[in-house]
Parts: sequence; C-alpha cells; structure tokens
Amino acid sequence: MYIVVVGGGNIGYHLARSLLSEGHEVLVIEKDAQRCERISEELGSITLRGDGCEVATLETAGAGRADMLVAVTDHDEDNLVSCQVARHRFEVKRTVARVANPKLVPIFRRLGVDCVVSSTMLIMEHIEHEVPTHPLIHLLTLTDAQMEIVEVRIPPKSAAVGRKVKDLPLPSGTTLSLLIRRQQRPQIPTPETVLQAGDQVVAVTLPELEEALKLVLTETAG
Amino acid sequence: MNVLIMGCGRVGARLASSLDAQGHKVTVLDVDAYSFRRLLPTFGGTALLGDGTDEEALRKAGIEKADAFVALTQGDNRNILAAQIAKHLFQVPRVLCRIYDPLRRDLYEALGLEAIGPTTIIAETFRKRLAG
Repeated sequence: MYIVVVGGGNIGYHLARSLLSEGHEVLVIEKDAQRCERISEELGSITLRGDGCEVATLETAGAGRADMLVAVTDHDEDNLVSCQVARHRFEVKRTVARVANPKLVPIFRRLGVDCVVSSTMLIMEHIEHEVPTHPLIHLLTLTDAQMEIVEVRIPPKSAAVGRKVKDLPLPSGTTLSLLIRRQQRPQIPTPETVLQAGDQVVAVTLPELEEALKLVLTETAG
Repeated sequence: MNVLIMGCGRVGARLASSLDAQGHKVTVLDVDAYSFRRLLPTFGGTALLGDGTDEEALRKAGIEKADAFVALTQGDNRNILAAQIAKHLFQVPRVLCRIYDPLRRDLYEALGLEAIGPTTIIAETFRKRLAG
C-alpha cells in the first residue's frame, strides 16, 4: 500500500518506521526541516517538506494514488483538514486522524474522517487499567461494526456476585465472552457460570449499552 | 440578528464593533482576553474568553441561538474546524469563515462552507489599482 503520513514528530516517525518494515510505501510530510532531515537520515529519503494541509503539497506527494492518509501532527485542526483535503480533493479511500482533545472524536467522525484516534483517551485507558478499583475498561472499539469490547471487574459487593449468567438482566445485544478468574485459566462463560467477586469479565457490547452493562455487573445489591 | 464571532483580531473586532453599532446582538469569543482591547469603547455586546472549536465554550457563548457564526482566527484550519462544528453540529443558519489559502478556500466552498479568501481579494484589489 502507499501510505501518506502527515506530521513527522514522534508518532509520525515511529509509524513510518513500522509501516516501512511491513513493506509499505511511505511518505512523511513535515513542515520542519530538521525533523525531515532526522527522518531521512534514519529511514531514507521518504520525506517531503511542506504543509500536509495544502492541496499543492498533497499533489506533489502523489496523494491521488495513496491508499491511505494518516494525519498525526500535534494540531487537531490540521489533522482534520489534511484528511478532508485528501478525501475530497484526492479521493483517498481511507483517512486516519489523531486528536489530542477527546471531545473532537465524534465531531471528526461526523465530518468524514474514517478513523479517529485520541491519544489522550488511549493513555487514560491504559492508566485506568492499572487502577484496581476502576470498574470498566475499554479494550477495543470496532468502529465499523459500532461495537466495543470492554472489561468489567466484579466488585465484592456487586449484586451479580453468586448469580448465574443466565439470571443477570444483561442488556440485549451484550455478550459476556470471556471470564478471567484469579489462579484459573480464562474460560468462556456459559449461562450456568456463577460469577464471583474479583472476576474480570470481557464483554462485547454496543457503546450505548455500556452504562447499563456496568450497572448490572457492578451495582451493589439492594 | 444574533451573531457569534470567533477571533477578536483586527477584522473580528472591527466586524463586532460595526455590527453592534448597527443594533445587532454580538458575542465575540477569543482565547486571549488581551485581544478584546481592539473592540471600540462603545461596544455593547459580549466579549467571552473561550475556544471556538470547543462545543461547551460555543454553547456558553450562545451558539444555539445564533443566527450567524463567523470564524476569524489567524489559523485557516481552526476556522475550518469551528465553521464545520457551527454548521453541522449546531445547524447555525449562516456560517462564514476566513481561509487565507486560496486552494483550500475553493475546496471548502465546494464542500458547502461560505468561505472568504482575503488573499485573492487583496491581490486582485492591488492588481486593479496598479492597472489603473
């Protein structure tokens, strides 16, 4: 695939490096001459100095034949514009934007960016994962299917403790797909499985059902 | 008319002051309070500190009741982002934005934004003056 990466900072550099190692054709567009030089020295002449939001620069980059454009500069609005110019002017089939501000994720999607990655949210989720009391963690969002995979830890006082999976008022459209219990091999829960305090349950759900699922598994009895 | 202006630079402040003088209800939004010094002393509208690309800041500035939104920050891309939020999320009836880069202006005009490109307008003004 031919992939255009806009932004040659840390993310752009490491992304280019890994895409190259997978055998893709990569071009990094970067405004800053020093950053361009650093990338060229380490990865070869795969840089184009310029503004990846400009039609002229993307033209030079041959965006018209790109399979994908990934915009990972430090500026959210620049990433949006790169993706929109790529999509509407050069008909790039797939655009990916990084955003720092999580509030912009749904807005960028609505404005036509295929995949929006919030670095802030990713970092937060990783940290939350390390906080033992945090009840619900996002593991993966399947954007196209509009589904997500989450992990819920069953707190000791939860109403779900001691109950069978089939007796739980789970929101329809939600599946408990994996059960991780201390000192045991992960298992696939059956309707007869009885939940215990401290169980980690991996569930497939819809974003709008996430809160209901969390309540069923974590809310205190009574 | 109820107008929300993002960016209180020279153009933003001047537009705000003159709309206000004509009796319109004007709110100006800027991330830097120091920029409000550019408003005329007679300005009777609202000057608010806030980021025009932030949904909450826009709500606080009354975007839901705005008849028009104008994006006039220094950055083309900030203006493009804010204008699209105003148009597509808040359905503001009239949305105008400034885009300096002529090619980008043409593209977003084609995508339905009412975009004004000072670069082309000013270059043309100069050319006409010179040509006499």
